[in-house]
Amino acid sequence: MKAAALLFAAYGACLQAGDIPLAERRSGYEFMGRETRAMQDDDATNPALFALMDGEALWNRKEGERSCASCHGDAAQTMKGVAARYPALAGGKPINLEQRINACRTEHQRAPAFAYESKELLALTAYVGRQSRGMPIAIEANTATRAHIEAGRALYERREGQLNLSCSQCHDDNWGRLLAGSPIPQGHATGYPIYRLEWQGMGSLERRLRNCMIGVRAEPYAYGSPEMVELELYLMWRARGMKLETPAVRP
Amino acid sequence: MTSRRQFLALACGTLAAGELGAQLDPNIQAKRKAALEAAISKVVGDAPVRQGKVKLDVPPLIDNGNTVPITVTVDSPMSASDHVKAIHLFTEKNPQPYVITAHLGPRAGRATVSTRARIADTGRVVAVAELSDGTYWSDTVSVVVTLSACLEDGLI
Amino acid sequence: MARVAVTVPASAKRGEIIEIKTLAQHEMETGFRHTQTGELIPRDIITEFVCRYNGVEVFRAELRQAVAANPLIAFTTVATESGTLEFTWTGDNGYLANQKAEIKVV
Repeated sequence: MKAAALLFAAYGACLQAGDIPLAERRSGYEFMGRETRAMQDDDATNPALFALMDGEALWNRKEGERSCASCHGDAAQTMKGVAARYPALAGGKPINLEQRINACRTEHQRAPAFAYESKELLALTAYVGRQSRGMPIAIEANTATRAHIEAGRALYERREGQLNLSCSQCHDDNWGRLLAGSPIPQGHATGYPIYRLEWQGMGSLERRLRNCMIGVRAEPYAYGSPEMVELELYLMWRARGMKLETPAVRP
Repeated sequence: MTSRRQFLALACGTLAAGELGAQLDPNIQAKRKAALEAAISKVVGDAPVRQGKVKLDVPPLIDNGNTVPITVTVDSPMSASDHVKAIHLFTEKNPQPYVITAHLGPRAGRATVSTRARIADTGRVVAVAELSDGTYWSDTVSVVVTLSACLEDGLI
Repeated sequence: MARVAVTVPASAKRGEIIEIKTLAQHEMETGFRHTQTGELIPRDIITEFVCRYNGVEVFRAELRQAVAANPLIAFTTVATESGTLEFTWTGDNGYLANQKAEIKVV
């Protein structure tokens, strides 16, 4: 028992007591009604369709000195698997897909960065993410990532806001129960950016996390802040092995 | 986008004529019901509306009232002599009762239309089919709409 | 740019009932919302959708604010002959969108 406890302590980013057992993890997809699931499944009528069309156009459009396609060619080939391993490390720090795209824009395309939650950035992340649809989320806890994943976990488990609730209390301890009439999902980031019915539009994981933080009356972290990206990293690691559904539809 | 709470508050404002930021109208239930009945009467006139033939497919427990997938199907041969001319869709609790009216005919093959509606609050959704022989048929479903737990605007 | 998407089978047998799914990119602003300073945001919605099959109207819909953003309209029609299906959306503030699809009927 003691050896096992030591092993746990040594390896850090491992399943801990209170985590949902890997085999019991379920995507937010399974907490939706049949009709909402059908909206996500049918490519012809998925309301995120226009974002995908815009994303494809942006991919091929010359911005600044060159288009995404000039370096990356056909996204269906070159972007396969990319979204499934983001957030990734750059210069030792985690960055999310939005930041990676903006880095490409400013450094390689010599074009201005897109604002967070702008129509263009959502369209591009949806388009890039779409190329990994159906693939398992591939975030690994290793010497480079471990500390950041643990930092994200600490944020996830910390009580915050006037309601003094942590993410973990709803999404690990009370998933499946009803909160104000809506089922609490497990909170896996399997489909971002999503078309959220509440927004009647597209949005990123960070926007959704800000919704939650405002929900518990906490000051939400700024878009692109280190806390946000660490949280994203933790959430994607928590969903490792689950299938990416981008672009998903969620209530 | 509109939060459901804002939507309801506005709806009260629209019906309780004039008062800005009106308190909840104590008669709102009755007024909404009357608006629905009036809208249906405008379509059917004096003709009776019979239950049957129409199947209104809407989830009884709605994930989010902003976008509710709805399908209306009517049992009809859709022949030149016997077909559905129009399908009208109404809700009870919205600021105004009309959703969509679909005009069909024998070229449709099947009497069916699907769309996505906004349903503000728990209440009835009504589909009325107008047949080529001048008769009206309907189906009603009571749906439950809940507010999303975590919103961007916080509490009003 | 008025974006729309239409799904129609490329071919069908004569007399077959085909499913058509259409999606239009539109906010469908209800006209019931107010800004933070209390001004009414005016209504801006798609009001009508028409499908013509080789020039003949086979389906028409009148929409109101209660249709959700990015409206989906799905319906059926009988594949009578080869030709062109034309879809037209009209709405407030001069909104107009058009899409054509060819169908081969054997």
